[in-house]
Amino acid sequence: MVEGKILKVSGPLVVAEGMREANMFDVVRVGEKRLIGEIIEMHGDRASIQVYEETAGIGRGDKVVSTGAPLSVELGPGLLTNIYDGIQRPLETMRIKVGANLTRGIDEPALDRTKVWHFKPALKFGDKVNSGDIYGTVQENSVIEHKIMVPPKTHGTIVDLREGDFRVTDRIGKIKFDDGTIADITLMQKWPVRVSRPYKEKLPPVDPMITGQRVIDALFPIAKGGTACVPGPFGSGKTVVQHQLAKWSDVDLVVYIGCGERGNEMTDVLREFPELIDPKTGKSLMERTVLIANTSDMPVAAREASIYTGITIAEYFRDMGYSVAVIADSTSRWAEALREMSGRLEEMPGEEGYPAYLTSRLAQFYERAGKVVCLGSDGREGALSAIGAVSPQGGDISEPVTQATLRIVKVFWGLDASLAYRRHFPAINWLNSYSLYRDRLSGWFSEKVSKNFMDYTGRCLKTLQLESDLQEIVKLVGMDALSAEDRLTLDVAQSIREDFLQQNAFVDIDSYTPLAKQHAMLELIFTYEDQARRAIAAGADIEEICNLPVHESIGRAKSVPNESYQTEFAAILKDIRAQVDRLIEAAEKD
Amino acid sequence: MIREYRTIEEVAGPLMLVKQVEGVKYDELGEIELPDGEVRRCRVLEVNGRNVLVQLFESAAGINLANSKVRFTGHGVELPVSPNMLGRVFNGMGEPIDGGVRLIPEKSLDINGTPINPAARYYPSEFIQTGISTIDGLNTLVRGQKLPIFSGSGLPHANLAAQIARQAKVKNKDDKFAVVFAAVGITFEEADFFISDFKKTGAIDRTVLFINLASDAAIERISTPRMALTAAEYLAFECNMHVLVIITDITNYAEALREVSAARKEVPGRRGYPGYLYTDLATMYERAGRKMGSDGSITMIPILTMPEDDKTHPIPDLTGYITEGQIILSREMYRKGYLPPVDVLPSLSRLKDKGIGEGKTREDHASTMNQLFSAYARGKEAKELMVVLGEAALSPIDRLYAKFADEFEAKYINQGFYENRSIEQTLDLGWKLLSILPKSELKRIKPEMIEKYWPKDE
Repeated sequence: MVEGKILKVSGPLVVAEGMREANMFDVVRVGEKRLIGEIIEMHGDRASIQVYEETAGIGRGDKVVSTGAPLSVELGPGLLTNIYDGIQRPLETMRIKVGANLTRGIDEPALDRTKVWHFKPALKFGDKVNSGDIYGTVQENSVIEHKIMVPPKTHGTIVDLREGDFRVTDRIGKIKFDDGTIADITLMQKWPVRVSRPYKEKLPPVDPMITGQRVIDALFPIAKGGTACVPGPFGSGKTVVQHQLAKWSDVDLVVYIGCGERGNEMTDVLREFPELIDPKTGKSLMERTVLIANTSDMPVAAREASIYTGITIAEYFRDMGYSVAVIADSTSRWAEALREMSGRLEEMPGEEGYPAYLTSRLAQFYERAGKVVCLGSDGREGALSAIGAVSPQGGDISEPVTQATLRIVKVFWGLDASLAYRRHFPAINWLNSYSLYRDRLSGWFSEKVSKNFMDYTGRCLKTLQLESDLQEIVKLVGMDALSAEDRLTLDVAQSIREDFLQQNAFVDIDSYTPLAKQHAMLELIFTYEDQARRAIAAGADIEEICNLPVHESIGRAKSVPNESYQTEFAAILKDIRAQVDRLIEAAEKD
Repeated sequence: MIREYRTIEEVAGPLMLVKQVEGVKYDELGEIELPDGEVRRCRVLEVNGRNVLVQLFESAAGINLANSKVRFTGHGVELPVSPNMLGRVFNGMGEPIDGGVRLIPEKSLDINGTPINPAARYYPSEFIQTGISTIDGLNTLVRGQKLPIFSGSGLPHANLAAQIARQAKVKNKDDKFAVVFAAVGITFEEADFFISDFKKTGAIDRTVLFINLASDAAIERISTPRMALTAAEYLAFECNMHVLVIITDITNYAEALREVSAARKEVPGRRGYPGYLYTDLATMYERAGRKMGSDGSITMIPILTMPEDDKTHPIPDLTGYITEGQIILSREMYRKGYLPPVDVLPSLSRLKDKGIGEGKTREDHASTMNQLFSAYARGKEAKELMVVLGEAALSPIDRLYAKFADEFEAKYINQGFYENRSIEQTLDLGWKLLSILPKSELKRIKPEMIEKYWPKDE
């Protein structure tokens, strides 16, 4: 146990002497209040420590004690439905213990030590095991079966393993290592947050992560195991997009990291998710969710750690063979925490005061995502998708955090303030957003949804691009100068924007759209276009085409219930044809 | 025992270096006694070996390196609080300046507060009727929300804030209500406007004022809003009152912060503001809310003037990322004579969705709100097009939208600072304006609603 004394205190940065024996990145306890900190630099016997709690009241000569271990998270049954702070302290337990405000120096284990779990072994006496093999399972809640795994870098023979009711720290069995030593097996393991958990092999992502958000699934899809970012100025709906993804993505588990954002947003998730039903399992969404909340008023150093805490928990579930999504809101606040610590360390700043290692840290974070073959002899596959919000200052995406992120992620959902002002939500700009997974996923969509799904979505993008070109002309010379064909393109583009892309997260029917219905909605729009083009060719008046009553039915298509849309949509398709036929008849009579 | 030091080594700007001290803690409050007996206050910014760097709260004039004494108090900056604070006026450091009786404090609270555990917050969802259509109808305020006003120099943000303070109420409820007002570096005239408005309406008896005027020490401004918030927290969470906090002007606060940061030679972020401006502002704004174990609430309306009306300036920008929406004032509306000159399209209340609808306001609120927004946006676009190409170039439907936009500005936005509209009046007015458009254009409203609320011809 290394013990040193404090020399310097400057906000969250503390310098202590007498720390020669301590290791880099060891967790230390600072002062009488035993605040939690982490060694981030060593100079001789002086250690620079970032403290995860408010340092008011700390002074020279106060004691610093190293715990000898790096910042780690506890992994085991009890993680789900919980809400943690940036260094995995359970906020709900802390609320019960110390009241509504956070007090300092609280020592509270992340996993409930008193709760009893029923463990069912999958292996028996004499079985040889390797890292990643599954000892057995605990049914953590009605949705998730928690697999108790052999920790990485462990191999040996089981000498004891029994079924029964255990607490996370109880011995469930014993393992004999190859060198003859015997160790206890428990339900819980620990893992340092700054080290990514190992896997056997990384695979290219080929399955889409279906989100039920039309603009995302149809135009800019993300793969399971992929990475995406959502940059946008304030008020453009970043948080709503993130919440929607956390709610409706067809993954097994979601780790939601509220990193330096509003307290009420976390409260919202905490109060709302238990009430929402997962369309896939029919159970409450909270049962598959882990929340990490380090709000903007909580200590800035813990904000830096929160991202790693979150992704390490996600990796742990990925290792069980689950598909997990990590949603981080917002990586800009994380970068600001880096910048603040870097400034206090008096490092030479890079762009806009951010440290020069910003890009590599961001890359390390996103690279922990991916589809992998997990450790263990059963060859199970898990996927970890990472989605980060970015809050560029002034909405200017040329700033360093956005640019560094864009170089790494494969999907870019760019939010646009001007769309938000028009209350076009989600305000994802269709002209500058992109998904590099479109090609890779097209096979899946053609097979599982419809052969022409990708054609339709390609047509959407093309029409919207044409619209923006035509708008330029309209601004210069007016609508009358356009040909009937072009007028129709504008009409169809408007329909794509208003009737398909706009989606109201606060209306129950509209909040989630199954893929098949997305396809059917596109079919309505493009059937209309095809029919209307036929009418133009037959000499019908464009004004009359644009005023066909069927527009209104297409416009209301999104509010048709997901269970019964087929019949209603079939009727609309019929209407489109009938109304266009009538126009053509009239045109031919003239 | 409190030791005194005569070891001031340097004074530069708002900073002072004291050497050879013992047992001084980070963030501790210190007192400087000048040779003539005057006492000024300071706060420890950095402990480095036996040296401490402190930040002065008042001007450095008169500090003498040889003869001034420094002592440290053993605690942080505190505000003595008591329910009798209501109706009183304090300076920026929390000392009474109204000449009234000395306050007998119930306790002293650290002005930095402690963060609210997100697991212990209640989600704000109680509708506050401000009587202002552009807020109630379109950017609804709820109890426990932080909703700033983004203004520009010369715009009547003070009138709007006073109107909110005057008219705000929760429907069908008669709760204990208080206003905490923090003047941060504003002029006497502006502060006087608020005070006389509070006096006129009798609100002064349930108001606590913290006044730091433009002529007071700029450095004091760093603690003024925190003093006010500490008083607000005490009234809300310990006396169970519903507190409305108005802080004006955050821009002055941020400038004081920049001054200290520059004096410390810190690496600046955008426009010279310190990199931690976001975190610093957040530790103030996040003190709004409702929490378990208390019936009270803090609703916060910070006011800031955007330099050059630029919304991307770091102060409004970072504020917008923390607060739950923003009310933006528009110079264009003001020039047209429309009061309060709210710029509707970029204004936003993030918490409105849970505060409106059946049982809270009215069932048609959410959909008419969206319809009004998109119709007004389209109307404005049509009007822009009209400027370029002339009215003839617009389609008949766009001409209706342009008409809608004009009427909307003249009737809905322009209500004046003294008209108090109920939420029903606001919603009905919305319908009346929407009826300029054909029913088929109202795609965001359910047909049943249109049937029920479409204005009947009289």
